[in-house]
Amino acid sequence: MAQRDLLTFNSKGIYCPQAQVYLDPWKPVHRAIITHGHSDHARFGHRHYLTHHSNVPILRHRLGDIQVQGVAWGEVFRINGVNFSLHPAGHILGSSQVRVEYQGEVWVFTGDYKDEDDGVCTPYVPIRCHTMITECTFGIPAFKWKPQQQVFGEINSWWQQNQAEGKTSVLFGYTLGKAQRILRYLDPSIGRIYTHGAVENMTEVLRPQVKLPPTLMVTRETLTADIRGSMVVAPPSAHGSPWMRRFVPFETGTCSGWMAFRGARARRSTDRGYVLSDHCDWLGLLRSIRESGASRVICTHGYTDIFSKYLRELGYDASVENTDYEGEKEDLNSASAAEST
Amino acid sequence: MKDFAALIEQLDSTTKTNQKVAALAAYFVEASDLDRLWTVAILSHRRPPRPVNTTLLRQYAAELAGIPLWLFEESYHIVGDLAEAIALIVPQDELLSKKQLWEILVELIDLKPKTEEEKKAYVQGIWMQLDYYSRYVFTKLLTGSFRIGISQKLMTKALSQVTQVPEDELAYRLMGHWSPDSITFDELVFGRNEQAYVSKPYPFYLAYALETDLEELGDVSEWCIEHKWDGIRGQVIHRRGELFIWTRGEELVTDRYPEIASLGTALPGGTVIDGEIMAFVGGQIGLFNELQTRIGRKTVSGNILKTVPVIFKAYDLLEHSGKDLRGEDYLTRRALLEDLVKSLRHPSLQLSERVEPASWDEVRAERDLAREKRSEGLMLKRKSATYKVGRKKGDWWKWKTSPLTIDAVLTYAMRGHGRRTNLFTDYTFALWQENELGDRELVTFAKAYSGLTDREFAQVDAIIKRTTLERFGPVRSVEPTLVFELAFEGVAFSKRHKSGVAVRFPRILRWRQDKTISEANTLEDLKALIPKGTGADEE
Repeated sequence: MAQRDLLTFNSKGIYCPQAQVYLDPWKPVHRAIITHGHSDHARFGHRHYLTHHSNVPILRHRLGDIQVQGVAWGEVFRINGVNFSLHPAGHILGSSQVRVEYQGEVWVFTGDYKDEDDGVCTPYVPIRCHTMITECTFGIPAFKWKPQQQVFGEINSWWQQNQAEGKTSVLFGYTLGKAQRILRYLDPSIGRIYTHGAVENMTEVLRPQVKLPPTLMVTRETLTADIRGSMVVAPPSAHGSPWMRRFVPFETGTCSGWMAFRGARARRSTDRGYVLSDHCDWLGLLRSIRESGASRVICTHGYTDIFSKYLRELGYDASVENTDYEGEKEDLNSASAAEST
Repeated sequence: MKDFAALIEQLDSTTKTNQKVAALAAYFVEASDLDRLWTVAILSHRRPPRPVNTTLLRQYAAELAGIPLWLFEESYHIVGDLAEAIALIVPQDELLSKKQLWEILVELIDLKPKTEEEKKAYVQGIWMQLDYYSRYVFTKLLTGSFRIGISQKLMTKALSQVTQVPEDELAYRLMGHWSPDSITFDELVFGRNEQAYVSKPYPFYLAYALETDLEELGDVSEWCIEHKWDGIRGQVIHRRGELFIWTRGEELVTDRYPEIASLGTALPGGTVIDGEIMAFVGGQIGLFNELQTRIGRKTVSGNILKTVPVIFKAYDLLEHSGKDLRGEDYLTRRALLEDLVKSLRHPSLQLSERVEPASWDEVRAERDLAREKRSEGLMLKRKSATYKVGRKKGDWWKWKTSPLTIDAVLTYAMRGHGRRTNLFTDYTFALWQENELGDRELVTFAKAYSGLTDREFAQVDAIIKRTTLERFGPVRSVEPTLVFELAFEGVAFSKRHKSGVAVRFPRILRWRQDKTISEANTLEDLKALIPKGTGADEE
């Protein structure tokens, strides 16, 4: 390629050589632009963090005393002649796409994103660009999401049914993002909503920015009799832990895009699997790419080989770059991700 | 269809047996008689013959979804189940079909002789008219690979709750030869059709694995032992001049084993023998591996009859002179059986020898002889036990020999399915062999995909991704660095395998992180475990 790429991939992250800035780097760097607060995108150890205003309290909560600057949607900041701006990605609160423009050429890094308006975060907007760096966590045609209204309808009636049977409902979802999306749509008229400590702490951080129903944190002092019939929102790692014992009798549900697979539901041994993801489904990915007008597409994480091959058949100049991003993790029990607070 | 699909979804969404039975019972109460009948048929493995092969189904699905076939195939690999992949991928109409389960099943039976165009139009049409779960269930019925987490035993239990017919009685009625298109629900469950009873086998009594010490079984004098033979469990029935051979999978296999069928004229009428169909080569018990060459064969050539003859190893006598003996004790039934077998002197009917051990140590010593005698271990049977229905604890126990083990090197890895689709969890293993030049090379001999914890799978996966040599679709060859201890139930020579040997039920016992690949076993070590005198000379 004659012209140097505006964004490149190296061992530390996605790098803009012209501006000497990294996007969501996975190794410590001098200057990092962060798309959102999930731990595979917002990591420890960078000298300067730059992110959307909404993410500042999340990053501080997770990473402690860091040097972080907040910017608004669409606010252009110029580094060594390169114009950067952040645009809503619709993944979780504060999640952003990064638009990078230099000498008329435009690249967009989507971070994680979904094109469904979840009513919690600012909805995704397609950004016109020449080259799009996209995730494809659910980039095969087996993934098609139902409207969230329908899923939450099912969740609330499941809660009601459990309550009628004298059981507690325990719903698993990521601490940051999924948990608040769930809380936003639980029907508080059914009963009390309890939270795991990790969920409660993160929810407290987000309350100033999202309208959420009141929650009660499960503590040592919480009485089993009080919880019965309530809803408990907990991180996936709580499943099967001794912490769960106090809820007996209970039913469990898991909210994740992977719940589309029967095998995943069975292996997770969850009573109910709700297909609810903060990523695009198959058609969402294709639509977003089309609407960006990009001719070149770089796939970072997910079913990259398959997705990029299909994009090439559709006429895109599509390729794959390896990154350390994890998307929505299949193994919901495995360490890190949402749990590090 | 929707009700049936909802039932399957309910069964699918719980691991608790009681909830499954309750869901099934509730369904039986609500469903029409025809749907009940067809449901019993499906849950007792009586499915319509497959009208369309899976290659065509994939093409239909890809076409309907408007995606290239390769993309459908890749997605199917990831989902791991064809019916599920189709249910997820094909689009859905606004207006859904209201057809009942039985209507669709009858249509499937009628579909088989139709032209390919008609089949395609029908299948694509139904797919579009069903919601996700109904589409999944329909496609499962279509592919004939319908496995749901409910055993025939649980189905019988639920049906018993609803019909008030005792479980054991129902289990018996549901056995053998009947078809939902020639019987009504009432006839099946309540009726007394003598004609149908002629060929009907009894439900098999099955044992659980022994988990306690022998001593906890009480006084050894209350017990008999037999070897646990490694063939196909079956019943030989002779009634009203006709002979039937049934397998435990309720398959009628009379024509496949003419040696056993030749008992017909010799057996007295009203006889049912429980036993094991076994290969018997060169005057001794054959390996399961040898029996396998007979299992799928519907027409039996003179040649195969000569190379792999079979016998029926008799365990028990369930019916004698037309009288149901299941309520008698084991010793009484055995005495009659032993008399019968001895008086017949038929070359294809042998007794499973019964030992009355004098001590538990004698039992242990007998189990040590299992491999030598070509058995899987022992069966412990209480002398006073009646012949029960299905798997029951207390009077019969199986006590298998410990598995054989070998240390092998991981050479290929394949993506898992479903949630594990991004993890490499299916492995191929190799052993060392010396080639003509005297160099050691690795020869693959077995695949295994279970036995590691999630954490270990994650660690191994990371190493596989790091040490990948080549990619072939979902499979990767890896630089040999990892050693695993594999367990298996038996080993035999095999022409079909590159290594020349086949192992039975291989699985990963543990990851030998303490061993380097040079310390793994050789193919010769594995061959040394093959019982002497079994086809070793076939090369």
